Amino acid sequence: MSYTAALRVWRGDHGQGDLADYSVEVNEGEVVLDVLHRLQATQAGDLAIRWNCKAGKCGSCSMEINGRPRLACMTRMSTFTEEEVLTITPLRTFPVIRDLVTDVSFNYAKAREVPSFTPDPSVGLGEFRMQQTDVQRSQEFRKCIECFLCQNTCHVIRDHAENENAFAGPRFLMRVTELEMHPADTADRRDLAQEELGLGYCNITKCCTEVCPENIKITDNALIPLKERVAGEKYDPLVWLGSKIFRRPREASSPKAAGKQS
Amino acid sequence: MTDIAPPAVQHSDGQHSDIERIPYDVVVIGAGGSGLRAAIEARLAGKRTAIISKSLFGKAHTVMAEGGCAAAMGNVNPNDNWMVHFRDTMRGGKFLNNPRMAELHAKEAPDRVYELEAWGALFDRTKDGKISQRNFGGHEYPRLAHVGDRTGLEMIRTLQQKVVALQQEDAVSHGDPEAMIRVYAETTITRLIKDGEGRMAGAFGYIRETGRFVVFEAPAVILATGGIGKTFKVSSNSWEYTGDGHALALLAGAKLLNMEFVQFHPTHMVWPISVRGLLVTESVRGDGGVLRNSEGKRYMFGYVPDVFRAQYAETEEEADRWYSDPDNNRRPPELLPRDEVARANNAEVKAGRGSPHGGVFLDIASRLPAEEILRRLPSMYHQFKELADVDITKEPMEVGPAQHYVMGGVEVDPDTGESCVPGLFAAGEVSGGMHGSNRLGGNSLSDLLVFGRRSGLGAAEYIGRLGPKLPVADEGEIEAARAEALAPLARTDGENPYTVHAEVQDTMSSLVGIIRTETEIKKALAELETLDGRAQTVSAQGGSAYNPGWHLALDMRNIMLMAKCVATAALERQESRGGHTRDDYPGMRPDWRKINLVCALEGDEITITRQPTPKMRDDLIALFDRSELKKYLSEDEMAAMPPEAGVAASAASEESH
Repeated sequence: MSYTAALRVWRGDHGQGDLADYSVEVNEGEVVLDVLHRLQATQAGDLAIRWNCKAGKCGSCSMEINGRPRLACMTRMSTFTEEEVLTITPLRTFPVIRDLVTDVSFNYAKAREVPSFTPDPSVGLGEFRMQQTDVQRSQEFRKCIECFLCQNTCHVIRDHAENENAFAGPRFLMRVTELEMHPADTADRRDLAQEELGLGYCNITKCCTEVCPENIKITDNALIPLKERVAGEKYDPLVWLGSKIFRRPREASSPKAAGKQS
Repeated sequence: MTDIAPPAVQHSDGQHSDIERIPYDVVVIGAGGSGLRAAIEARLAGKRTAIISKSLFGKAHTVMAEGGCAAAMGNVNPNDNWMVHFRDTMRGGKFLNNPRMAELHAKEAPDRVYELEAWGALFDRTKDGKISQRNFGGHEYPRLAHVGDRTGLEMIRTLQQKVVALQQEDAVSHGDPEAMIRVYAETTITRLIKDGEGRMAGAFGYIRETGRFVVFEAPAVILATGGIGKTFKVSSNSWEYTGDGHALALLAGAKLLNMEFVQFHPTHMVWPISVRGLLVTESVRGDGGVLRNSEGKRYMFGYVPDVFRAQYAETEEEADRWYSDPDNNRRPPELLPRDEVARANNAEVKAGRGSPHGGVFLDIASRLPAEEILRRLPSMYHQFKELADVDITKEPMEVGPAQHYVMGGVEVDPDTGESCVPGLFAAGEVSGGMHGSNRLGGNSLSDLLVFGRRSGLGAAEYIGRLGPKLPVADEGEIEAARAEALAPLARTDGENPYTVHAEVQDTMSSLVGIIRTETEIKKALAELETLDGRAQTVSAQGGSAYNPGWHLALDMRNIMLMAKCVATAALERQESRGGHTRDDYPGMRPDWRKINLVCALEGDEITITRQPTPKMRDDLIALFDRSELKKYLSEDEMAAMPPEAGVAASAASEESH
């Protein structure tokens, strides 16, 4: 049941390096990460790979396998033919640290730009009451394992590094939607999403959804609804007029509260 | 690619220029549930806190916890309260738990869960909008707060986002988000550093990305490094679980408690080989799944031990009625504590009634409608479908035991988490005592929160008591740590660390695994002796920047120490209890319940001493019936029992909801 696979693995650091050829044994049922581990243990002890759980739960082993962004621990060798040469490269959008490991600190910086969960301070410990149907929408987004495959794939930054300042990427725009839909959250992040986090850059090509290993409907369930909420606030003439005439604080006049109960 | 650490330049003050020094108040080693909860508490107490994470922020092994977090909130069954939870925990640990820890845990877990909710966690809900709770092995009532089967992820993400929230506050008040709490991702500590008086003074380690050395200078260090799973071949644990905190504590002079108790969780994937050891959550059984052998028999009814006879159903009919009417029926035996189920699965396979790939069958397909399985167990569905081509809504899963948790760990003060080394604290899996000889499912996530918080507080209070003269790191210790870390890179002819590691895992899994005997443990100790010599001479090819071969070479010291501690303690304890089963000494022996085994390091030798177990307070003893206590305690202990013991149990459980 075993065979020898041909691998081309990117080796190098700080932008310099090349593909190296290896032949590695493959056994039944194995995933790409198994084969990389065997390569590491037998031929290339210093091959840098980032991984943790090998169970698709931590999102560490993101890389590009034959050009497709994937988790190495969830990519079965049986999805390739025995003759196929596997080309394994680091995530293209982020700077390489070494071999298959990239510097993903961009994502942690963006995470800090999203204002945190803001509950009503008068609700005491254990007093939150929320219905399952209401929490379910945000729960879908909280399945995110932060593998950053969506961040790596989104062409807004993949092909245009100059957008990195202005665009938070699908993962953190989805985080905004998650908080916006959280039944106990009271803050409003719609202006911020549009003006600071670059929601407008997203032109819903759904590449993020396609590479999500958790099968989260990022575009349909998070990004498009967020665009609608922003549009509702900014361009609905009645809402616009109301905010000019009454000049109430955002919380009171915002249709967000109503949106939350729907 | 060959950036070996630069040549050592020694300054006139004796300090090496290649070692960065960063001062903090509190250094937390580990960024899983207990580490993050400890760091949050230390920061809330006003202490400048560093979180050292072996992986990226948010990837710790806690993300793999599936089933839930046990807390007696009584949201689903109002009869639940801390006393019932305390009793279940002590029973699960076969009365070897530190009773004060079990008490604090049961009392404080509900508030810790509610706290997560206030920080943004979204648990599954009951019909009246409260946090829902699910059944689990050994828990009398539905008790586990959960989010489908990805509770650990929800917990780690919530704590991660709370750290970010604090950093956002600090950005406003200090002008720097990292002024008060900072995460050092992909950084590994290899030695704890003390001052001349034997107090904690810091931690030495390397930054993975650059291979540069760093000393975090701090008077208080909290170990929150998790377990020792990578000592075993088949384990559900992640890459990081190399016993780092256990070993660091031992090397710094702290003591390890009851290292013989290793939990082999009964249900993991067994096929394909590549995923052997991947966890199959206990929620499958909590939600109605049953275990069957190759003859289709639901065999757990034949494995209910005497101590649990009164609480578990004797027929399939009664067991099935329990799901809808738990007040009038006894629990299904599939929900016995993990050690019992693991031994039963093992016995069925040994008797030739196993599944094709050496496991047993876990069947949820015939028990719940497909859509309900998809809703309650989405990760399980995904995992079997993607990795084994098995549709769990249509066919049974093949499952078998794997190493999952270590009950043994650093001996700490229950209230503060402090070890016998001043300034050294431990919380979560790396600490010992809380779970006795066997941990109940769901009690880990709650343990992390309760004792993570307590150790953060303990560290902050310790610093308050120190006065103005803070400990200063001993330069000799730092120099020794640096030399130790560089050694594998300097060796050119040493053995491959991957090879030695694999052999240690083979030895431990085959000779000190789920069922043990004196002959096999002695054989293991002899093999470990040889392996230890080889582990000390492994070499790493390449440089110090992000070099996994070097990292493993350094981790080998910890893995070897843990293997030897487990084997030494396993040889010493001549009885079977919880996560320690001796074929040559079957059954619990009440006299052994009075003994904790304590590992320490003298020179290079691991010593083991017998230490009396802490006494349970009378008011806690009174929560149990005398007839139940008789099953665990020796005759002289029963004779010394206060006369009222046992009668208050039923009254007490009614008074407080």
